[in-house]
Amino acid sequence: MARVLGHRLFWPVAALLALVVLNAAVRPGFVRITVRDGHLYGALVDILRQSAPLMMVALGMTLVIATRGIDLSVGAVMAVSGAVALTFIDRSADPGALGTVLVAIAAGVAVGVVLGTWNGFLVTVFGVQPIVATLVLMLAGRGVALLITGGFITTVVSPPYKFVASGFLLGLPFALFLSAAAIAVVAIVQRRTALGLLTEAVGINPEASRLAGVRSQGIVFTAYVASGALAGLAGILYSSNIMAADANAAGEFIELYAILAVVLGRTSLLGGKFSIAGTAVGVLIIQTLQSTVLFLGVSSAQSPVFFAFVVVVVVVVQSPQLHRRLSRLSGRRRGRTAPPAQPATRDLEVSA
Amino acid sequence: MGENGAGKSTLVKAITGALPLAAGVMTLDGTPRTFRSPVQAQRAGISSVYQEIDLLPNLSVAENICLGREPRRYGLVDWKGMRERARSALDSLGVDLDVTSQLGIHSLAVQQLVAIARAVSTDVRVLVLDEPTSSLDADECAELFRVVRRLRDRGAAILFVSHFLDQVYELCDRVTVLRDGRLVGEYLTRELLRIDLVAAMLGDRHIPRRLATGLRVAGPNEPPYLSARGLTATGIRGADVDLLPGEVLGVAGLLGSGRSELARAVTGVDRIQDGVLRVEGSESSFSGPREAIRLGVVYSSENRRTEGIISELSVADNITLALQAERGVLRRLPETRRRELAASWVEALDIRPADLDRPAGTLSGGNQQKVLLARMLALAPRVLVLDEPTRGIVVGATLEVQNLVRELADNGVAVMFISVELDEVLRVGNRVVVLHSGRVVETLPAEDLTVDSLTALVTGADGDDG
Repeated sequence: MARVLGHRLFWPVAALLALVVLNAAVRPGFVRITVRDGHLYGALVDILRQSAPLMMVALGMTLVIATRGIDLSVGAVMAVSGAVALTFIDRSADPGALGTVLVAIAAGVAVGVVLGTWNGFLVTVFGVQPIVATLVLMLAGRGVALLITGGFITTVVSPPYKFVASGFLLGLPFALFLSAAAIAVVAIVQRRTALGLLTEAVGINPEASRLAGVRSQGIVFTAYVASGALAGLAGILYSSNIMAADANAAGEFIELYAILAVVLGRTSLLGGKFSIAGTAVGVLIIQTLQSTVLFLGVSSAQSPVFFAFVVVVVVVVQSPQLHRRLSRLSGRRRGRTAPPAQPATRDLEVSA
Repeated sequence: MGENGAGKSTLVKAITGALPLAAGVMTLDGTPRTFRSPVQAQRAGISSVYQEIDLLPNLSVAENICLGREPRRYGLVDWKGMRERARSALDSLGVDLDVTSQLGIHSLAVQQLVAIARAVSTDVRVLVLDEPTSSLDADECAELFRVVRRLRDRGAAILFVSHFLDQVYELCDRVTVLRDGRLVGEYLTRELLRIDLVAAMLGDRHIPRRLATGLRVAGPNEPPYLSARGLTATGIRGADVDLLPGEVLGVAGLLGSGRSELARAVTGVDRIQDGVLRVEGSESSFSGPREAIRLGVVYSSENRRTEGIISELSVADNITLALQAERGVLRRLPETRRRELAASWVEALDIRPADLDRPAGTLSGGNQQKVLLARMLALAPRVLVLDEPTRGIVVGATLEVQNLVRELADNGVAVMFISVELDEVLRVGNRVVVLHSGRVVETLPAEDLTVDSLTALVTGADGDDG
């Protein structure tokens, strides 16, 4: 029990479960999953499907935050990526062809890589502070997207492109597979190679890592490129969902939700130790919460307040300070104090 | 005084309110007091300076001195008053410093003095100094002691925690010895023999051998593994240095003489502006520490906390970090291999507690130093450059580190050993390089030198002022 309680992800997972239980209590249909035309439907499936873009962005954000950085440009990158992909499909001879769509997706992700490279370049080579470096693109990116779409909201008709966000595979939403694949790839690359360890080392102590021979700059650079690529993919998902490239609405405020997901997943904004699983749980908390707000019929004017209130509760419940205070309080009530720590005895050699 | 884990730091923290009392009473001026935080203790006139400097390097000197008790006017910070107060606090220490400058640009020794100025700038009745001299050299220590005596004469009580026997004897009136968290005894310094003090600190454990003075292992004609000619970088000018396999080269010099700068220049940490660096006879210019490590030249910084240990990573991660970095991202050390390797170093260097998964930052200073040594040694280096490896660690651990360095040299590693403590340089080194104002003044065999003659060389007292 103590091990479960002491686990890093105990509180995030508990918060997620609490939200699910709360929903199940007030809306009986919440946990029900029905099969229609061989496809699974239900509120839980919707949450998983809708969380895909935020999942991608938050995964990239986790890596960047682990290096002591932050990537504010992800929303703008999503807008550019969607604009590039849809403009390509729009101008192609055959918008419905699979080949066209695959090239469009590749182009969208490639644009994400390029923009991530730009961020990484500013941060590592010129030593611009991450918040400033990525702010540049956050502000300029949507302008670039508008430039690409010519100031319009480009819409297309292309069944294969629509499949990315709305299609089903083996009875499950295709977006869910993309999202799971992104988690798996990031987790494997980080934990099966040494990248995760070196990223944490650089995030905790960049100078010590450099002196130990770690390619600090290269590792930081990689994180921004990964974040850009994942945001590019998120942009594809978003535009596929609405089948339009909306330069202003695509990924709006998603950088903030992504940061929130990372923090909910117990990765410190100070960098260092990070948790992919934690971020995934954080994303699901946010998505479930948004679904709850929608269902409870909280008016759109009040929904941010409700949302903020729940987030504050979740964050405070996780706070180590609160836990320390509570344990001190319960300890005092039982009238005992912690036993003094046993000092380590050492055999030492000393010259007089 | 007391050995590692004797409870010195815990006692200090209890007195200054950083840790709550589990039991017992503390009286100040005859009235029982309990402090729930260091701020309360400070208001009652109990100030402290900790071993590792806990100031804010990105703020100015004045802001650091007045932090948490900024003078106010109409509810706003009175900047002018703050600067004046900081200046007068530094003046009382006899330190001349621009109080508007950013703290981080100053050396560690100066930062230490600022920390002390911060402590004494309040109306101090009890001043707690926890290992304040571990980053100071002889002159600065003397300066500090002068200030401490002045405070004592003004009626303040001073609690001086140190592992330097000499300093305790020079400064203190009474000595309290702790062991395993308990009081062993309280003695008048002038009545206590050193041997008895050490015995009290260690208990019934035996007092073992003195470190054998290193005999030269390498032959006189053996070529150096690494040699520098006319090396010029930030802080050093035209230095000639040879590092021979099997030899410890001691580096002695005052603060600002270019000790660390020399170490950083020969290990690729700082860029070389001029001069030639040869590794095994062929000219090399390191583009960075990574390149130096590839050629077997490793560096351990004097700033254990900021440039050494990755505090939140485990002991095993810390030990294998450099090896992993050398292998690259894709060739991850297999988990079992990694743990075996770390465990073997933990055992070989007697790192305590022997827990591979413990965050390295929670270890004591001496054990952190050993973790760093293990990290370097896991690379099987040819040249080991150690910048103050024994700073801020206790007597016993210091000797363990010194023995280890000797052993490494006996196994054919070329070692550069930098220390402010001249007797240590003489004890460990085969030859000693004397630095003054960024220049190599002389390179002499250690056996031809005494602490006094080396002191004279280091301070330039023989008329050669570089």
